[in-house]
Amino acid sequence: MRRVAVIGIGDTEFGELWDESFRDIGIQAGLAAVADANISADKIDALYVGNMSAGRFIDQEHIGALIADYSGLARDHIPATRVEAAGASGGLALRQGFLAVASGLHDIVAVGGAEKMMDVSDIESAMIQSSATDQEWETILGATFPALHALIARRHMHEYGTTREQLADVAVKNHKNGSLNPKAQFQREITRETVLGSPLVSSPLRVFDCAPSSDGAAAVVLCPLEEAKKYTETPVEIIGTGQASDTLSLHHRKDICTMEATKVAAKRAFDMAHLTAKDVDLAEVHDNYTISEILAIEDLGFFKKGEGGKATEGGLTALNAEISVNTSGGLKARGDPIGATGLAQAVEIVTQLRGKADKRQVKDAEVGLAHNVGGTGATVVVHLFRRV
Amino acid sequence: MKVGIVSYGAYVPRYRITPEEIGKVWGVDGKSMSKGLMINCKSVPSPDEDTITIAVEAARNMMKRCEANPKDIGAIYVGSESHPYAVKPSGTIVAEAIEASPHLTVADFEFACKAGTAAIQTCMGMVGSGMVKYGVAIGADTSQGAPGDALEYSASAGGAAFLIGSEKLIATLNSTYSYTTDTPDFWRREGEMYPRHGGRFTGEPAYFKHIISGAKGLMEKTRTTPKDYTYAVFHQPNGKFPTRVAKMLGFSDVQVKTGLLAPIIGNTYSGAVPLGLSAILDEAKPGDRIFAVAYGSGAGSDAFDITVTPEMESYPRHKAPTVKELNNNLKFLDYATYAKFRGKIHLGSE
Repeated sequence: MRRVAVIGIGDTEFGELWDESFRDIGIQAGLAAVADANISADKIDALYVGNMSAGRFIDQEHIGALIADYSGLARDHIPATRVEAAGASGGLALRQGFLAVASGLHDIVAVGGAEKMMDVSDIESAMIQSSATDQEWETILGATFPALHALIARRHMHEYGTTREQLADVAVKNHKNGSLNPKAQFQREITRETVLGSPLVSSPLRVFDCAPSSDGAAAVVLCPLEEAKKYTETPVEIIGTGQASDTLSLHHRKDICTMEATKVAAKRAFDMAHLTAKDVDLAEVHDNYTISEILAIEDLGFFKKGEGGKATEGGLTALNAEISVNTSGGLKARGDPIGATGLAQAVEIVTQLRGKADKRQVKDAEVGLAHNVGGTGATVVVHLFRRV
Repeated sequence: MKVGIVSYGAYVPRYRITPEEIGKVWGVDGKSMSKGLMINCKSVPSPDEDTITIAVEAARNMMKRCEANPKDIGAIYVGSESHPYAVKPSGTIVAEAIEASPHLTVADFEFACKAGTAAIQTCMGMVGSGMVKYGVAIGADTSQGAPGDALEYSASAGGAAFLIGSEKLIATLNSTYSYTTDTPDFWRREGEMYPRHGGRFTGEPAYFKHIISGAKGLMEKTRTTPKDYTYAVFHQPNGKFPTRVAKMLGFSDVQVKTGLLAPIIGNTYSGAVPLGLSAILDEAKPGDRIFAVAYGSGAGSDAFDITVTPEMESYPRHKAPTVKELNNNLKFLDYATYAKFRGKIHLGSE
């Protein structure tokens, strides 16, 4: 298997991009990544696109071909593949790109992720997002996406004494990081009181416990590590990739306070990289709800089970603390255009490992981790990156 | 020929309901809704009130303050999105009520929340061209919000009337500018009881884009800046939007304060800028300059540059209630009474 590097990154602003269409933002991010990689588009051998639900959000399927076409790559007839695993679509697309280059089948691969969520009503959007869970056993009975995460939060509070304030601290920290990221959807700091005083969504989760709906796109360009220096002085190697699945519905899990798929995917990635959680300097984790970040930092091995809340409250996950978690602002503040999220995580890690994260730079960052979750944990993709 | 406002009159029903009271019924945190929208309470029409009675009250108040002969009124336009009749004008009843019939032209206008200001513009044209001596422009609504919808916390009732002419002007209409596109952010189809809206799409690409473009267009046309104005009033679907748009354009809280009525009466739709402008005229002094921008979904904005004249000194404002006075002697309703007042309760036999 060949070693693989990221040589280009690109992304759009995340937020309410009323004036731009799905294809607009997809192309913007892709072009930025290609320009950053110092290549011409005709060098691209294959394209992977992460997208959860363009069919329902904008009535457009066949996203792989669409992006290839509007990037001008259709005339070269390159293989263009859409990858879908709900919230993990972006991370999974990255994994497909990685595998394509590692296997030797393709040399230069562009991987993008995009979602246009704001063109449907709030209720429609909530239903589309809930389709990441089990329609027949969860959604149809009223267990929406936030409701399922509220169950997890309640149980975690019950089992481990995690407090309402500790959940709020996740949002406070991520908004603080977001305030340092000019591309973040929310660039204002908030306080515990902001979170605790925001309207209730599904007890105990409030509006400020939830990542927003967003439009946005992000992309990377991959190539074999041995050729990476031809294109960039600061390649970043993907040293580990892990993917795992779990039961689609939450009630079939042994323990809803643990995402087994996160543990397994992380182990696979760490084993591949010959590293452990202790070696990680920064992590972009899937904080679609504040409770999700607490589960993630436990299941990834940064903290013991049940101590994620305390660690957050104690500031151990803040920028340049014990481990810098969600320096981009995370899904919470950077925004969460579902299919783009996994790629946006990769873009942030690469930016950090290049030393280009400006005010939110993690000092001497060597190793970064990206953790991307689909549904309530039925698909998890973990990637490890290292500065070359 | 100088065209402007000869007289004006306002009307707001005395009934009010709070977001807390509405939220209680729908399981919504009314307090944070109130804070988020910057609406403390909204006006509610009584069962005997509709857009026509509000337009009549406003027009009568307008006539009380001047000596114009109603027979000299050559045009009456009523702007509203809640005309009681789908077919049959509201304006004819207003014309009869103020004894302006029968030698005049009447029509009802609709452009979501800016039909009243569109009526002002039409009157400016008709007076300016010499077609009529006076024109009456009215913006009035008993706006609809579906039970449980976000609009229910703001949709209210009220209106104001303006006598547009060319003599004895208390304020001159120096210039107007409109900005219009086809932007479907909010609509109600024939036969539907309540309007529908595009959620957050009603904000940035609709309200803000059109108000800002309208405001900038007018300032460019008149070569003015926010500093040139004593007062400013913007369409107010809630308290938050006009406050934010004012800040974005560079107007201060002091300039905006007087015309900002949404916090105490809610969103009076076609009545919003006309009422805000009335509240400003209630206290303005000669020489004061007023900047007004109305917004109508669908979408467009009408911006006005207005100067108060020395005539205001002798104008008998006291002969009709000021907007402030219309907000005295209030009666707060519970949701059940509100639902009855607004025709939201349907009996099985109906």
